Amino acid sequence: MAKVLMKGNEAVGKAAIQAGCKFFAGYPITPQNEVPEYLSRELPLAGGTFIQSESEVAAINMLYGAGGSGARCMTSSSSPGIALKQEGIGYCVFGEIPCVINSVARGGPALGTIQPSQQDYNQATRGGANGDYHIPVLAPASIQEAVNFIKEAFEIADVYRTPVIVLEDGLIGQMMEPVDFDVPVKKREHTPKSEWAMGYGNGNPHLIEGIVMDAPMCEKKNRRFFKEKYEVIEKEEVRYEEYMMDDAEYAFVAYGSSSRICKTAIKTLREKGIKIGLIRPQTLWPFPQVPFQNKNIKLFIDIEMNMGQMVPDVALAVNDKNKVKFFGRCGGMIPSPEEVVEATEKIIGGAK
Amino acid sequence: MPTTLFKKPNGLTDKKFHYCPGCGHGIVHRLIAECVDEMGDTNNTIICAPVGCAVFIPNYFVYDSIHCAHGRAPATATGIKRTHPDKTVITYQGDGDLASIGMAEIIHAAARGEKFTTVFINNGIYGMTGGQMAPTTLPGMKSTTSQSGRDPKLNGNPIRICELLATLTGPAYIERVAVDSPAHVIRAKAAIKKALQYQKEKLGFSLVEVVSSCPTNWGKTAVKAMEFVKTDMIPYYPLGVYKDIKEGK
Amino acid sequence: MGETYRMSCSGFGGQGVMALGKLIVYAGMDEGKEVSWVPSYGPEMRGGTANCSVIVSDEPIASPIVSQNISVNVVMNLPSFHKFVPETAKNGIVFVNSSIISEKVEMPGVKAYYIPANDIANELGNPRMINIIMLGAILGVLPIVKAESIFASGGAFEHVFGVSKAKFIPGNKVAFEKGMECAKAQM
Repeated sequence: MAKVLMKGNEAVGKAAIQAGCKFFAGYPITPQNEVPEYLSRELPLAGGTFIQSESEVAAINMLYGAGGSGARCMTSSSSPGIALKQEGIGYCVFGEIPCVINSVARGGPALGTIQPSQQDYNQATRGGANGDYHIPVLAPASIQEAVNFIKEAFEIADVYRTPVIVLEDGLIGQMMEPVDFDVPVKKREHTPKSEWAMGYGNGNPHLIEGIVMDAPMCEKKNRRFFKEKYEVIEKEEVRYEEYMMDDAEYAFVAYGSSSRICKTAIKTLREKGIKIGLIRPQTLWPFPQVPFQNKNIKLFIDIEMNMGQMVPDVALAVNDKNKVKFFGRCGGMIPSPEEVVEATEKIIGGAK
Repeated sequence: MPTTLFKKPNGLTDKKFHYCPGCGHGIVHRLIAECVDEMGDTNNTIICAPVGCAVFIPNYFVYDSIHCAHGRAPATATGIKRTHPDKTVITYQGDGDLASIGMAEIIHAAARGEKFTTVFINNGIYGMTGGQMAPTTLPGMKSTTSQSGRDPKLNGNPIRICELLATLTGPAYIERVAVDSPAHVIRAKAAIKKALQYQKEKLGFSLVEVVSSCPTNWGKTAVKAMEFVKTDMIPYYPLGVYKDIKEGK
Repeated sequence: MGETYRMSCSGFGGQGVMALGKLIVYAGMDEGKEVSWVPSYGPEMRGGTANCSVIVSDEPIASPIVSQNISVNVVMNLPSFHKFVPETAKNGIVFVNSSIISEKVEMPGVKAYYIPANDIANELGNPRMINIIMLGAILGVLPIVKAESIFASGGAFEHVFGVSKAKFIPGNKVAFEKGMECAKAQM
């Protein structure tokens, strides 16, 4: 099929329907409103249920019920709304609910600003629910990738029976780019819902578990998650892109919108004779490790639209914090390629 | 020939209730199981457990079930019922769960006319956490966080949930019952059955509030607690049907 | 070939600057070019200034934001003039709605076209067509996309405004040509 021009948020809605999403609950918040607007119109036509919930809290708990009943389900929100969902995300983790959380980040904390930001890196990768857990986080850098990742997120959610976050920012949500909705996404084997979901027990009760009063049993469940889910995900689900890294002496590390700014900056810097490339994590958890073993790289320059939330992950992957530098803007400010070039020259100059 | 006069409903497991003597939960669990059995839905029901003493509901019923986040059972049940419109879906919630932390969820589920049934246990206190003041604690009633008795000047007056929800158009059936006497228990069962029937007929949201007891946290014997329901709770929480769309009410 | 247009369209909400940008990206996509469109969003959309970044290129687009080095700078009101004109690239081109902006662009190497879009629209009896007049001016002097890609059946106009609005295409074409003539006269 030919490419179509679509706003990121609407494309996410369409991708969800294509992926077989049958239940969506969400609450209005800028800059992701086109997601629920689109789905309120289109999801019922595809045989699904759209609910504008009374709150973000209710929305994620509706997913807990719908996903627990075996429906492919999604919610979407932006930073303060994702903050509200954290408790429910913890329940979805513990209850092993496959669900997709589309997060279109804006500047924070608090209401912050509605402009694009990456200040929710920690919120997505560390999470704000209680307990030990990880959630796969996919970070698209274009609308095409957002569409592909939404579809893959549903597959990953089913395979590991876990919530999956697709972390974007207001720029990806609001911009328009041509997108091809026919890029195939591999359907993956997973435990059929008839074996675990509510509504399929038939007298052999299926329980979606939120509490295990017996501490040894609770520990056992935690350890099972780490062994059977998180260790496997860390091995199987890591994704990243390397851009102009073949001859690189320096590497930008950036994801999502900031990675696009880096690509523009790379062009200018290479014209000036600086051999720089880009390592772009497409999964923020699990965080890629392999590209950081590159011994030719003198400095890894982390560029984010926040105050450096990814730096600890980069430093751990590089295993030498002295080789990791940072430049960023925050609070809804997007660094210009010119700023990134200038900051990079300063950083590299200082390193010589 | 021996005749069976009384037996455990099929909907209950063999597990012994952990509830305190004189607590209403055991009675209400049994009533739910009886009603569901009689409607032939024993293998067609999903129940949502609250946070509170009844969090262990999945141990006692043979139904598919879910441990809900505190107060969120109506949202979770919304997700379940919309996915399984032909299953009987029940939320079982206490007064802290439903009338305090979960007030937004219950009002909106009722307003949307979600087609599930809520069994709301009102015993005027937080049970599992150890006797703190609930939104339904009576004026003057002592709790661990209102140790001189609830003072309406400080804490406001208790919330009457049936009256509040009956103002909405979404609910199909709302009744307040009690389980302090055999006559009231029989009436309570009829109310639960009616609520489940209304759900089955997809008429809208249904709720049965059960005025119940918590002898342990009230500091009373089982018998005195039942007397308190009659002398103090029921006068503040009048029993009766608050909404019945079939009766034009 | 190898050309990249870094375009900014700015003005009051209601002047149609967002749609102007969309028309160009739809046409660009249909012509097989790489395109992106980024709107400003939020409270400033409600009665204040609105703007969008548009890139049309033969190469994949890295950063889609056009806030500096603007090669095609369309300013439809005075606040936009003050905010965006200083960000014009060397050798960039500015299109000024001279009906409501009396200031002149004074930047070395920057060419400006002054299009009295409101006056032309009023003469045509449809004040809502100022964005189409501006579009005509832009495409009159820059081959970013072809006019056919805008107005053809199934083209950008129908995409942006809906097929039901196709009946307005002839009228809009007239406005488009007026804008084009006005710009060409200043070449």
